Amino acid sequence: MAQVQDEQLTGAQIVVRALLEQGVRHIFGYPGGAVLPIYDALFNQDQIEHILVRHEQGAAHAAEGYARSTGQAGVLLVTSGPGATNAVTGLTDALLDSIPLVCITGQVPTHLIGSDAFQECDTVGITRACTKHNFLVKDVNDLARVIHDAFYIATTGRPGPVVVDIPKDVQFKLGRYAERSDIVHKTYRPQTEPDPARIAQAVELMATARRPVFYTGGGVINSGSRATELLRELVKLTGFPITSTLMGLGAYPASDRQWLGMLGMHGTYEANLAMNRCDVMINIGARFDDRVTGRLDAFSPASKKIHVDIDPSSINKNVRVDVPVLGDCAAVLEALLAAWKARGERPDVASQTTWWAQIDAWRARRSLAYQQSGESIKPQYAVERLYQLTRDRDTYITTEVGQHQMWAAQHYHFDQPNRWMTSGGLGTMGYGIPAAVGVQVAHPGSLVIDIAGEASVQMTMQELSTAVQYRLPIKIFILNNEYMGMVRQWQQLLHGGRYAHSYSEALPDFVKLAEAFGAKGIRARSPAELDAAIVEMIDHDGPVIFDCVVEKLENCYPMIPSGAAHDEMILPDAVDAVGVSEAGKMLV
Amino acid sequence: MNTSNQPASAYFLVDDQERPRKATLSVTVDNEVGALARVVALFSGRGYNIESLTVAETDHQKHTSRITIVTSGTNEVITQIMAQIGRLVPVHRVVDLTVEKPGVEREMALIKVAGEGDRRAEALRLSEVFRARVIDITHTSFIFELTGTPEKIDAFVDLMIPLGMVEYSRTGVVAIGRGAEAQ
Ligand SMILES: Cc1ncc(C[n+]2csc(CCOP(=O)(O)OP(=O)(O)O)c2C)c(N)n1
Ligand SMILES: [Mg+2]
Repeated sequence: MAQVQDEQLTGAQIVVRALLEQGVRHIFGYPGGAVLPIYDALFNQDQIEHILVRHEQGAAHAAEGYARSTGQAGVLLVTSGPGATNAVTGLTDALLDSIPLVCITGQVPTHLIGSDAFQECDTVGITRACTKHNFLVKDVNDLARVIHDAFYIATTGRPGPVVVDIPKDVQFKLGRYAERSDIVHKTYRPQTEPDPARIAQAVELMATARRPVFYTGGGVINSGSRATELLRELVKLTGFPITSTLMGLGAYPASDRQWLGMLGMHGTYEANLAMNRCDVMINIGARFDDRVTGRLDAFSPASKKIHVDIDPSSINKNVRVDVPVLGDCAAVLEALLAAWKARGERPDVASQTTWWAQIDAWRARRSLAYQQSGESIKPQYAVERLYQLTRDRDTYITTEVGQHQMWAAQHYHFDQPNRWMTSGGLGTMGYGIPAAVGVQVAHPGSLVIDIAGEASVQMTMQELSTAVQYRLPIKIFILNNEYMGMVRQWQQLLHGGRYAHSYSEALPDFVKLAEAFGAKGIRARSPAELDAAIVEMIDHDGPVIFDCVVEKLENCYPMIPSGAAHDEMILPDAVDAVGVSEAGKMLV
Repeated sequence: MNTSNQPASAYFLVDDQERPRKATLSVTVDNEVGALARVVALFSGRGYNIESLTVAETDHQKHTSRITIVTSGTNEVITQIMAQIGRLVPVHRVVDLTVEKPGVEREMALIKVAGEGDRRAEALRLSEVFRARVIDITHTSFIFELTGTPEKIDAFVDLMIPLGMVEYSRTGVVAIGRGAEAQ
């Protein structure tokens, strides 16, 4: 490739070549004046497929779905000004959920920067707070290196979104291409290998635990399939129970006996109580988020805590821990396994038996139970039927945000990682459809379903048009309760049932809407017709909107109200009797 | 719930029970466009406090700058601030020159004092006691240059106010670790 070094390319050609060298095969984008040279360069090649979205937020979420389901960086390309600002929600979403994205934005020509030129905005300023890092490239000879750096930063350490802002004149200028090199970055060097002393301390704690629990998160999935395998091995070997955050679902198989279900605000009784009463907590790749911890001063008061994280700023941020282990989950798990095996330790069988008996007693509460009775479909039942009818297929699930998201997390069970795409940290309504588009692009033959709410889907519904254009057979499974159900639930429990603006007085006819887009619409109103309708959806070779008309006022339980402790959980059968205390209602 | 056998360190302690302290942080960054903005935005974005800030390029070959930030917070907050700064891509190192590596601190101030007669003579006399230098002089005014710890500058300014101080400007703290090694 020696002659490539001397060859002069335009900035736009450099962008395309760098993307190719980084192994990019799909990008999600939307054109505009400030990126036309790059679009021109894309036009002249056929190795990278460009997916034309309908809104730049859609491009960002699609790239997130692509990244989350493949483990590779997702790439988006947008124009200056409104193109960049429209992408901001998706970038922030990726930052909070640690999703690797590279976002290329066009910028007005260098000599116009700062002049309030047409479609100028301070992209680097605006995205500083919602990216892991960002670059403005003013010299075409820096362009290739910056793009390689952007991929390196986005995908290593704690992954996240990186913006590369390229003024239009730089896209036209001739410059040298620089190949990706393995030179260590000057300043950015994430620590991946754990400190052996910490591993020894961690294993010591684990070996003496009487009431241990694994608490795992999205970090295990980000770390890759090796981390998942090692986690499974360690959990099996120790015999300890395991729970996970919303972001970590699938790292450990939900069908296994040691699995306690998800923890946190809408987690299971057994998972939250195990966290509350444990004596040793092993946090692997989770960040003690407030939806998980509940009231901090009552969070797992009697436990020693081990925290494995690749981001030093996550350690001791919300919760003080006893054994911090800085490193990549796979490397740490490998070391933990080796140390555990070397010790020849077997967990104290007697105390484990007592602990498991306690856990089984909590399990017997059946905190996810619901009653499917009467003529209307319970949303939990709809998710359960969807699960039963799709579990043996090659299925990927995305969600929107709201009750349906939590019901999906509770009643759709994942045995594999990278199968579950949801907006956890930012809680972005409108994530699910574009994320499904991204997943389907990466996995053309798979079944991709967005478990949705009727309010959320209207935020990015336009991406159905993208799905139709590219023949992406995504299924949008709407649990239609006519309410912003999660908002209504909070209003019921915390605001005296005053449902201020949480009911949609007008809703589209989703079947006709699907047809207007060139997709298929299906509606189910009763439990009796549900299964056949779901099968019809699965069998349809094309995008579908499934309008599943569900019970309007169903609440999502169990629930730990904001600011409450894990053992102050509201269970479905106790809710009417207990309700929420006056003090609880004051909390946010 | 059994909380009697709590290990002390496993419990979340409410921050405000701990006393905030001052910390002087020395940050080495690549001197690229926006590096300072990233550090400053981090403080405002996460609600930390900046008491003073100085910055200049200190290695022209490597294009690195030294940023000295005086901030305050509990030990936990300061550790968190350092971790957050350390996470910024252009940052090479963050050192706490208060605790981790005790350092020396200096600040410089320019102080303009106007007056005639006794007050003028007294201002000049005091400036000698403080080893301030006179760097501008007219029949009715002085500008003093004073270097020292922030406390010394505060003390001098307090003395100059009744003697006709018109205005003053100060650099903020620069600091460096003691001893033979680089930070
Ligand atoms: C962009 C955005 N705006 C507002 C919210 C606040 N919010 C959280 S859940 C929710 C209601 C979602 O309603 P729907 O999609 O119908 O889901 P349901 O809860 O009814 O299942 C709202 C408004 C949000 N999460 N995201
Ligand atoms: Mg709804």
